[in-house]
Amino acid sequence: MADSRPTLAVWKFASCDGCQLTLLNCEAELLSVAEQVTVAYFPEATRAVVAGPYDLSLVEGSVTTPEDAERIQEVRAASRQLITIGACATSGGIQSLRDFADVTEFMSVVYAHPEYIRTLNRSTPISAHVTVDFQLRGCPIDRHQLLEVISAALQGRKPRIPTYSVCTECKRRGIPCVAVADGMTCLGPVTQAGCGALCPSYHRGCYGCFGPQDTPNAPALAERLRAAGMAEADVIRTFRQFTAGAEPFRAATTPTPPKVLSNRGAERPDSTAPRSGGSAGGGPS
Amino acid sequence: MTHKLTSGNQVLSVDTLARVEGEGGMHVHVADGKVRDVHLRIFEPPRFFEGFLRGRAYTEPPDITARICGICPVAYQFSACLAIEDACGVEVPEEIRVLRRLLYCGEWIESHALHIFMLHAPDLLGYDGAIEMARDHRGIVESALRIKQAGNELMTVVGGRSVHPVNVRVGGFHRLPERDELASLRPTLAGALEESLAAVPLLSGFDFPDLEQPYLYLSLDSTNGYPLETGNLLTSAGLSAPVSAFTDHVVEQHVAHSTALHSTFDDQLYVVGPLARYTLNHAALSPLAQEAARAGGLGPTCRNPFKSIIVRLVELIYALEEAIAIIDTWSGAPVAAVAVPPRAGVGHGATEAPRGLLYHRYEFDETGTITSAQIVPPTAQNQPSIESDLRAFVQDHLHLDHEELTRACEVVIRTYDPCISCATHFLDLDVEQV
Repeated sequence: MADSRPTLAVWKFASCDGCQLTLLNCEAELLSVAEQVTVAYFPEATRAVVAGPYDLSLVEGSVTTPEDAERIQEVRAASRQLITIGACATSGGIQSLRDFADVTEFMSVVYAHPEYIRTLNRSTPISAHVTVDFQLRGCPIDRHQLLEVISAALQGRKPRIPTYSVCTECKRRGIPCVAVADGMTCLGPVTQAGCGALCPSYHRGCYGCFGPQDTPNAPALAERLRAAGMAEADVIRTFRQFTAGAEPFRAATTPTPPKVLSNRGAERPDSTAPRSGGSAGGGPS
Repeated sequence: MTHKLTSGNQVLSVDTLARVEGEGGMHVHVADGKVRDVHLRIFEPPRFFEGFLRGRAYTEPPDITARICGICPVAYQFSACLAIEDACGVEVPEEIRVLRRLLYCGEWIESHALHIFMLHAPDLLGYDGAIEMARDHRGIVESALRIKQAGNELMTVVGGRSVHPVNVRVGGFHRLPERDELASLRPTLAGALEESLAAVPLLSGFDFPDLEQPYLYLSLDSTNGYPLETGNLLTSAGLSAPVSAFTDHVVEQHVAHSTALHSTFDDQLYVVGPLARYTLNHAALSPLAQEAARAGGLGPTCRNPFKSIIVRLVELIYALEEAIAIIDTWSGAPVAAVAVPPRAGVGHGATEAPRGLLYHRYEFDETGTITSAQIVPPTAQNQPSIESDLRAFVQDHLHLDHEELTRACEVVIRTYDPCISCATHFLDLDVEQV
């Protein structure tokens, strides 16, 4: 008789493995999670493979090759619920910096024989290819949030994941504002909570690894940075980090920032970023 | 998945290697009783770190290159810091070096515990994975998780979090840990040390196959104790050289028949990682770690990859002991970080990632903007030797049943703890249809 527990599969696309590792890092809870589900496909942890379909698929990584663009369709077809985990899967990740550059030239820098390589020009989130049931942010994801998302999926309810900004968490923890008090560059106002305001608690500005919050005004923050004297190359680098592909962060550094006030009748900001804007020279921050 | 061909030819093929970091496969072609072709197939998509690092600021590689690997981000952060500080002509104060060593111990503890107990031990005990192993050996798996957690807690306190720590910067740290924060880790680390020592009889009691690696071994030396965060290059051929000489000896080739950049050292196959570190630096281990090695049946050198699980356990014991020693003697630092002003130039940095020596090289213009970046991760260096080991192993074990032989090959690969996510150079092109 087949095991009646829900089946869990963990899939990897272009990524660093850190979000899968976060699942293994749920040390105290790992065995109890493993008891509630059948781990049906998780090659990083086990050789055993149970055939699909799967009740819950966790997908790490972004799509960067023609093969992966096909594979994600197969994963979706075999999954009742599909949840993406981490900045790569939800926004394209650090490797989406290729979107702003010439990939052919990149290949010639890294490989002596670029003709051996098959890759796509852009690194895209899973949601650009298939319907996604929930997206869990973070580079890496937070393990408490991961447990909440898995529990919610198993219980058939909506996960309780806040979409407000890091500033909210910072205030709640009583951490003095590093932007105001210390003049640090901080993406906290436009970045989604979930880390517990980790960087400000270590006396550094948020670098946006959880991606844009619910209602970010990234162009306005970019303007503030420019007004404070930051060179344009550094403004661009500030927004183009681990979630560079996320649309609100892209929009912050388009050549002509969209008007943030009277938006009636305004066209959508151009989603095509300059191809080489990020590699311009400039002073260090 | 395996395929047995007619006429005595066979192809051993594993589409997805389990219990390795990142995704790869294996392909072995046997014809007329001879191993013809061995490939460790890597289909981890290329991510072009060395490409997009150009144009970034000299302050950014620690955070950016951490994202190459979620299992050893600290290794990337510290190799990057050393290379950048080298280019800028800055050496960090002793207290910063020691604090880096402490954080690095956390990564070794976490990564080695993961590999020893969850990725490697299931092979020895005959399980598909740690979750399956827990059904019969719950005590071992729970103990392993506690040891691993001790490493993660240490990384969380010193680094902010265990995957992609936020506290590391060029020149030092953003914030120094408080003494009582470090002291609070001590009981957990001491407990993990006890549990690691207790695992020695279990993990060394297996009947390990004989396999003696003939390769050159490369690691950092014991300039500041058993090598982690600093050191010069040292080889089993007796060569001693500064890290800046790395590319004088190591050549990476992008070969057509393979999916990876193959490295050689002075034209020889070479190996980095626990066996190399141990064999070249045994004398720098603590008395307790040396005693554990003896109890585990090791001499002062070890060239059998199947016994790498014991070497990792010895290194785990050393890292736990070293972390406790640093915490006990920590009396703070004058500053969290020293200033590192940019200048035009080239810098080299190498540290000992859990899987072996990790080399970074950067070139900067006068504003500190990166004009070129080179990263040589341990698994890229070991790949030719993994394939060579597989070739020898398969040739000697052709009498095994097909399924058994395939499984045994996977075990050979896992002894290296290959980290395919790390291998920024790797790509897949060799898809042989059988």
